Amino acid sequence: MARPALSLRNVGKVWSPEGRQTVEALRDFSLDVEPGEFVVFLGPSGCGKSTLLYMIAGLEETTSGVIEQDGMVVTEPSAERGLIFQDASLFPWLTIADNVAFGLSVQGVLPQKRKEQAESILRSVGLSDMLDKKPDELSGGMRQRAACARALAMRPKVLMMDEPFAALDVQTRAKMQDFLLQIWQDSKASIILVTHSIDEAVSLADRVVVFTARPGRVKTIVPIDLPRPRMSRDPRYHEYRDMFADLLADEVDRAFAEQEAR
Amino acid sequence: MSIPASSRQSAPASVPRLSPRARRTLSSLGWGVLSIGLFAGIWEALWALGLVNPLLLPPPHMFLSDLGRTLTFFDHEARRIGSQGSGGAIAGLLTTIGWTSFRVIVGLGLGFVAGVGVGAMIHYVRLFRNLVQPLILLLAPISPVAWLPVAIFVFGVGDVPAIFLVFITVFFMIVLATVSQISSVPKNYLHVARIMGATERQTFWRVILPAILPSLFMTLRLNLFAAWMVVLIAESVGVGIGLGQITSMARATFNAKLVFFTMVIIGVLGFSFDWALRKVQQKMLWWIQPGQGGI
Repeated sequence: MARPALSLRNVGKVWSPEGRQTVEALRDFSLDVEPGEFVVFLGPSGCGKSTLLYMIAGLEETTSGVIEQDGMVVTEPSAERGLIFQDASLFPWLTIADNVAFGLSVQGVLPQKRKEQAESILRSVGLSDMLDKKPDELSGGMRQRAACARALAMRPKVLMMDEPFAALDVQTRAKMQDFLLQIWQDSKASIILVTHSIDEAVSLADRVVVFTARPGRVKTIVPIDLPRPRMSRDPRYHEYRDMFADLLADEVDRAFAEQEAR
Repeated sequence: MSIPASSRQSAPASVPRLSPRARRTLSSLGWGVLSIGLFAGIWEALWALGLVNPLLLPPPHMFLSDLGRTLTFFDHEARRIGSQGSGGAIAGLLTTIGWTSFRVIVGLGLGFVAGVGVGAMIHYVRLFRNLVQPLILLLAPISPVAWLPVAIFVFGVGDVPAIFLVFITVFFMIVLATVSQISSVPKNYLHVARIMGATERQTFWRVILPAILPSLFMTLRLNLFAAWMVVLIAESVGVGIGLGQITSMARATFNAKLVFFTMVIIGVLGFSFDWALRKVQQKMLWWIQPGQGGI
């Protein structure tokens, strides 16, 4: 069997802020992500799924355990592991084309070449009219697509997204999910998407990793065995949805109980 | 139907069609003229009624009409102080304005660049921060005017103490603004830079600096008027020619007309500087919508 694109072994994270109680965010978390696989992290808020994403990206250090990408231990951020934030985080002082070309530019790609690359990527995400626009002039969905283009410009092996569609309205969100499947198929990257939306998980994932409440652990991993495009009318879609709803309800109850006990 | 066709057509023709923008400009210009006119009008009226002494508070028509004589006090080559200038006229006036403006511009420029530099050092270099930050916090609240004797002790009489005072006025404010703004740059901007593989230096020049520039410009503009105040004070204690020196000389020779004329010049200059700085700000901060971020 081929080597996994990403391998997490017994990863743990403890926050110890100065002068306050330590918080265990994540405990003993193990998971392999295959090349080209679409994995969704699903869990109640505060379960450490975003923290885990930041650790895979290399922006946070693990307290215990090891994260490997293509057999190499992750110690620092790399453009091979792109990360997309909920707020898109485009630089307001650059045009859309320059935002997309930012990574290429810091790596010393010549202006003419990075302009061509940025244009071709923006065309593939349907933003070819927006090259010279400011980020402020774009809608939320377009900004998120531009952020995807910026990450894709670096040809990542793993593309991570931290609740990228949470701030968008329902119609835009559905469009963005189609768009995401499209770029996933085109780029052949593995995708890890963090969400607390069950529908998003069922309609997108190859496998859904359900988190327990804090400290986050793997509660269960569910492969979604439905052909794409997935129809929300499909009775099996409903079965999956109900199952995740039950799984999450347990965890939300536990999280509440724990908070009251404090 | 009852309205005659001719009057219906002539009504719009009598009012020239202006774009909304031009109309806005025109209207704010109109209010500006009215505002100043009202002030001058009241002053003139008080004079006409004999309520103000024209020797102490000469109304605008007096200090503006006697231009030829007033201008003789603006000395374009000499560096001397006295009740009579060399008769420099317009050239003399412009030279004087030029010198004062030069001191303000150089002081502001140096203060801005040095302030950002020191602020960045405080942020990045721990030893520098530990050594310098307490000092900065102690010196920042001292009024720039209090530095005047120091400036003269150290730099003597000349351009440098005036420039130094302007520098001091903006320097500390820019340092403090830089330090506080760098730490409030959105974390995700820095994350993006790290993921893309930007070096510390690239991150500073391409991410942090543009992110903090809007509020640094705001700080600079807020301190512009203070810079104008201190430059006049510095000039009034004698650094050769300059508007401050003229006012000081006018006071000493009891020349109220000259005092008010110079005040008008200073007012117009201060306003023009703010306007020019706003234009520079709009050019440099092209991504910010007019009306946002204090532009």
